[in-house]
Amino acid sequence: MNNLAVFGFAIATTLALTGIGFLGSMVIGGLIAVFRVSPIKPLQIFGGIYVEIFRNMPMLCLLMIMVFGLPDMGITLPLFWCAAITMMLLGGSFAAEALRSGINSVSVGNAEAARAIGLSFSQSLRYVILPQAATAMVQPLVTVLIGQLMGSSLAATISVHELTYETQLYNLNNAGGLTIFAIASVFYITVSLSFGWLGARLENKIRMAR
Amino acid sequence: MSVNNILFDEPGPKARRRILIGTITTLIVFLAILILLLLEFAKKGQLEPERWLQFTDFYVWKFLGEGIWHTVKAATVAMLGVIPAGAILAMGRISERRIIRWLATAYIEAFRSTPMLLLVYIFVGVLPSFGFNPEVFWKLVIPIILGASAIMAEVFRAGILALPKGQSEAASALGLSHGQKMRLVIFPQALKLVIPALITQMVSVLKDTTLGYAASYPELLKSAANLTTYTGYLIQTYLVIALLYVATNFALSKFAHWLEEKLNGPNHPQIKVGGKVVV
Repeated sequence: MNNLAVFGFAIATTLALTGIGFLGSMVIGGLIAVFRVSPIKPLQIFGGIYVEIFRNMPMLCLLMIMVFGLPDMGITLPLFWCAAITMMLLGGSFAAEALRSGINSVSVGNAEAARAIGLSFSQSLRYVILPQAATAMVQPLVTVLIGQLMGSSLAATISVHELTYETQLYNLNNAGGLTIFAIASVFYITVSLSFGWLGARLENKIRMAR
Repeated sequence: MSVNNILFDEPGPKARRRILIGTITTLIVFLAILILLLLEFAKKGQLEPERWLQFTDFYVWKFLGEGIWHTVKAATVAMLGVIPAGAILAMGRISERRIIRWLATAYIEAFRSTPMLLLVYIFVGVLPSFGFNPEVFWKLVIPIILGASAIMAEVFRAGILALPKGQSEAASALGLSHGQKMRLVIFPQALKLVIPALITQMVSVLKDTTLGYAASYPELLKSAANLTTYTGYLIQTYLVIALLYVATNFALSKFAHWLEEKLNGPNHPQIKVGGKVVV
C-alpha cells in the first residue's frame, strides 16, 4: 500500500513536470516565434540565437547549471522547479520551431490574397493563416509534448521523486528487478502513445480542405 | 525570411519609421539586461579572473580533454550501432511478412517512448544481477543504441516514403522481388536522401552521451562535474561545457544543412519524423 502511494505520487510528479514543462514551452515558444517573425531585426536575431542555443544544449548540461550553478549566484530553486524550468527553456526552442514551420507551411499566395481583399493583420492571421498553419503545427507540437515526457525522466538525476527516480530507488531497495522497470516503461509508452493518438484526432478535427 | 513575406507586405515610410523606433528600443532594452546581468555576476564575485583563468590551464584541459575523448568515443561507437540497426528496423517495418512488420513496429514504438535514462538504469542496476555486467562504457552505449536506433528507423522509413512512387512501381514492373527491389532500387536512393538526417541524429546521440553522468562514465559532463568538486568554480565550468556542446551541435546541424543542399538539391523532399523536419 505504501509503495502504491509512492508510485502514485511519482506518476503525478512525472505528469506534472510534463504538463508544466509543455505549457512553459508553449509560452516561450510562442514568444520566440513572434520575435522571429517580427520586422524588428534585434528581436529576430535574439529569437534565432535562443533557438540555436537551446535546441543544441543537452538537457542534463542545463540541469547542472540550474542545480549547481545558480546557487552560486544566490538563486536556489526547489529541485522540481529546476527540472521544470530546464524543460521549459529547452522545449521552448523546439516549440518555437514547430510554430514557425507551421506558419511557413501556408503558401504566400494565401496571405497575399488575404491582404488584397483588405483584411487587417490580425484578421488575416485569424481567418486565413492560423487555421491553415494549425494543422501543420499539431504533430510537431505533440512531438514536443512527448519530448517533455521523456525529458522529465532526467529529473531523476537530481533526485526529484518522479517515476524514473522511484523506479531505480525501488530496484535498489528491493529485489524488484526487471519487473518494476517494465511497469515504468509500459507507463511511459502508454502515455506517449495516447499523446500521439490524441494529437492525430485533433489534427483530423481541425484539418481543412486545401 | 519567407515567414515575413507571409505575414507582412513591404513596409511603407510610416511602417519603416515605426520599425526603426522598435529596433532602437529593443537594442536599449537588450543592452540594459546584459549590463544588469553582468553587474549581478560581478556582485556575486563570479567575474573574478581566477574563476575564468582556469580555462587557460593546460591541466584543466588535459582533464576535460579526456572527457571529450570519452564523449567522442561513446558517440561514435553508438552511431556505428545505431545506423545499421535503424536501417534493419526500417526494412522490418515495411517488410512483406506480417510478423516481421509487427515485431519491428512494436520495437520502434516501445523504444521511441521509453526514456533512455530508464534503460541506462536497467543496465547499471538490474542486468548485473542477471550476470550481464560489461564495462561502464557499454552500460551507456548499449542503451543509447537501443533507444536511438528506434528513432533512426523512423528516419530511414521517412527517406523510403519520400521517394517517388514510380521507383517502386518501376522496380516491380521489371519483375524484381520485394527483397531485390529494396536492395537494388529503393534503399540506395533512400540512403542518399537521409545522409544529412544521419548527421542530425548524431547531434541527438551526442546529447544522449551526457547520460554518462548518471552511469558514472567519465564523458565530458561527468568530467566537468568531477572538475568542479576540486575547483568549486561551478557556473564557469558548466557554462564553458555548455558552450562546447552547443557549438559542436550547432556546427553539426549547419553541416547537415549544407550537405542536404549539396546532395539533394534545393528542392529536396523533406525527411519528417513525428511531423518535424529532421534536417
